[in-house]
Amino acid sequence: MLSRTADNLFWLSRYVERAENMARLMEMGYRMALMPAAATGNRSEWESVLSASGCVAGYDPDAPLRQEEVANFLIFNRDNPSSIINCFEYARANARAMRTAITAEMWEALNNALMELRRPSMHNLAKNELPEFIDWVKKQGALFRGATDSTILRNDGYDFIRLGTFIERADNTARLLDVKYYVLLPETSMVGDGVDNYQWTTVLRAASSLRAFHWVYRDDYSPHRIAHFLILNPFSPRSLAHCAEQITQHLERLARHYGQRHSVHRQAVEMYSLLTQSDMDEIFSTGLHEFLNDFQGRNRILSLAIADAYHFGGQ
Amino acid sequence: MFNEMSVDDQIREPYRALVDWMEASGPEVLEQKRLEAETLFRKIGITFAVYGEGGDPERLIPFDLIPRIFTSQEWRKLDRGVKQRARALNAFLYDVYHNAEIIKAGIIPADLVFRNEAFEPAVIGIDPPRNVYSHIVGVDIVRTGPEDFYVLEDNCRTPSGVSYMLENREIMMRMFPDLFKSLRIEPVESYPDMLLKTLKSIAPRKCDRDPNIVVLTPGAMNSAYYEHSFLADQMGVELVEGQDLFVHEDRVYMRTTRGPARVDVIYRRIDDAYIDPLCFKPDSVLGIPGLMNVYRSGGVAICSAPGAGVADDKAVYTYVPDMIRFYLGQEPILNNVPTWKCGKPDDLKYVLEHLGELVVKEVHGSGGYGMLVGPASTKEEQAAYAKRIEADPGDFIAQPTLSLSACPTFVESGVAPRHVDFRPFCLVGDDVRLTPGGLTRVALREGSLVVNSSQGGGVKDTWIMSD
Repeated sequence: MLSRTADNLFWLSRYVERAENMARLMEMGYRMALMPAAATGNRSEWESVLSASGCVAGYDPDAPLRQEEVANFLIFNRDNPSSIINCFEYARANARAMRTAITAEMWEALNNALMELRRPSMHNLAKNELPEFIDWVKKQGALFRGATDSTILRNDGYDFIRLGTFIERADNTARLLDVKYYVLLPETSMVGDGVDNYQWTTVLRAASSLRAFHWVYRDDYSPHRIAHFLILNPFSPRSLAHCAEQITQHLERLARHYGQRHSVHRQAVEMYSLLTQSDMDEIFSTGLHEFLNDFQGRNRILSLAIADAYHFGGQ
Repeated sequence: MFNEMSVDDQIREPYRALVDWMEASGPEVLEQKRLEAETLFRKIGITFAVYGEGGDPERLIPFDLIPRIFTSQEWRKLDRGVKQRARALNAFLYDVYHNAEIIKAGIIPADLVFRNEAFEPAVIGIDPPRNVYSHIVGVDIVRTGPEDFYVLEDNCRTPSGVSYMLENREIMMRMFPDLFKSLRIEPVESYPDMLLKTLKSIAPRKCDRDPNIVVLTPGAMNSAYYEHSFLADQMGVELVEGQDLFVHEDRVYMRTTRGPARVDVIYRRIDDAYIDPLCFKPDSVLGIPGLMNVYRSGGVAICSAPGAGVADDKAVYTYVPDMIRFYLGQEPILNNVPTWKCGKPDDLKYVLEHLGELVVKEVHGSGGYGMLVGPASTKEEQAAYAKRIEADPGDFIAQPTLSLSACPTFVESGVAPRHVDFRPFCLVGDDVRLTPGGLTRVALREGSLVVNSSQGGGVKDTWIMSD
């Protein structure tokens, strides 16, 4: 496969995943904002969402940190490279640059999503019915992954798509958990009270994991367990452990397919074992935020190493 | 004006079954089908862009549901005529880059060839595989009467539009399965296979295996990008950009996830000037530095061969009938449109005196840009155009305004006749192959003769009835 195609496939799926995760971040902000503000820490929910999105640098410092402005920035701002509309624009541009490498169903899923998003009525929806808009974005991600899953050849292209998905998803789950950090700087007195628990469950909701969590842990909403579910539990589809496992597997498939191993294979296994060998007590005692930061750094390096190994990096 | 569907209210034979079906279906069904077709096109993403106009870079080309139909007898003539032309044009190209016999024989003026911008000194003396330069010849044909076909121009470089031929058919078969079941329409689906066969057959001298073929595109911003990706996909070969290819030790390679992979045949959809910055435009970022060296030494085949453009120049066009006689010893089966060359003083005088009746074109222009359609122009436009001609007469040719045939077409007021032309795609490699079909373009504006998609033209499916 052309290196440029591999690059396009990898980033195509990253952008789709990113769009969806921007929506999930906003879902958290929206739900947290429904709680009495006085009970939270020193930042507003929407400021936290902005920080966790990694887009804070592009936000007009004079603009108010309210839902309307922040959401508009994260959804429609053309200067924000991670805005949902840009994610879909880039994803579709990538798809168009390699129409031969994706199926018609995948193309249609992306093309339709962007066409709808460009309609003015979507602005109104996002402004007046943010939860509905968020659902729409999540649905587009699901449609694209479904189309991919049911139509694409299981060759190397498939591996690059999946690598993109899980690298991006791991990054985003780490960001979701970090919102919680920003909202509530760990003041021991508040940990474990009603608001704190509510906020932790919002993290679960935004990760579409509330029901799954129930099945696994029954009804104990302790921060410890919620964090465990999203970080270390390999059965949770958005957990860091699951993402790392998938990344390792797809790199392994590429190694078999090409008959070639690179240093990226070792790096992936290292990241995976870090997650299988940690426990939550340890993570909380070194600091959740620090742990997540460290993980995001490793994940970024892994992404670069993938590009190096398959000749699409370094330009 | 010749209406291909009916003459004196009599439905012509090839259209009878279609007309019966349309009458039985009624206008609502047809309108609904038309909307369905548009949605399909948008969904599949078949688009084209117009340079220099801004706006939506992915405009839809208007598709007209009513097919244009040829009888098998009509097609036989076109088939023979187009293949004859494709052979003669390739013989001409080989000749002008070797001994130039046709010039020595005094049939074509030397200046017209050697001073032509499209003449490529860099390929003089090179023998391309099978001595073929133009592997895909698109011949633009118009019709003025039941038996009267004229060639308007030849396209020897990389004629576009074949994806419409294939997609139009695909959509028609989805929309009108009954018609395809009851009528015997020649299939066009084999075109990509035939193209692949043709490209395989021109593997370069040094190629010792099943050749690795790629389609080279300038990228997703190009107006014909959809077609490039479509053809690569249909043939199952990689669609590459210049940045994906590089030259190493007299061979061309593409960058892949496994490392470099050798490339043997390049079906390029970028112009000569851009393919190798070391040989042509030094600032081109679309091309591959060193490609021409590899080509010269037989390490790669390029389709169409660099330099092929000299055969489809509008001034050279006027000599194609002479080429056919000279190289093939045959009489042309398809006629040229009578042409005045403004470079000749007598012709220039005639053209300037008759601007209101003629179509004047730039010799090197393409896509219907910069032409004057006499009967549709104002006195002021004619005067302005005359100034341009006088400034550089050699750059212009003129032709009579032909009374182009018309086909029934959906327009706002219902179904009405609109002018059409026709471009079949002839493949030249180990054999000369022609798919029974082609691209019919239609001028959607009433009375308009300009069929170019960039100027309000649309497309139709073309049916060749089998015996």
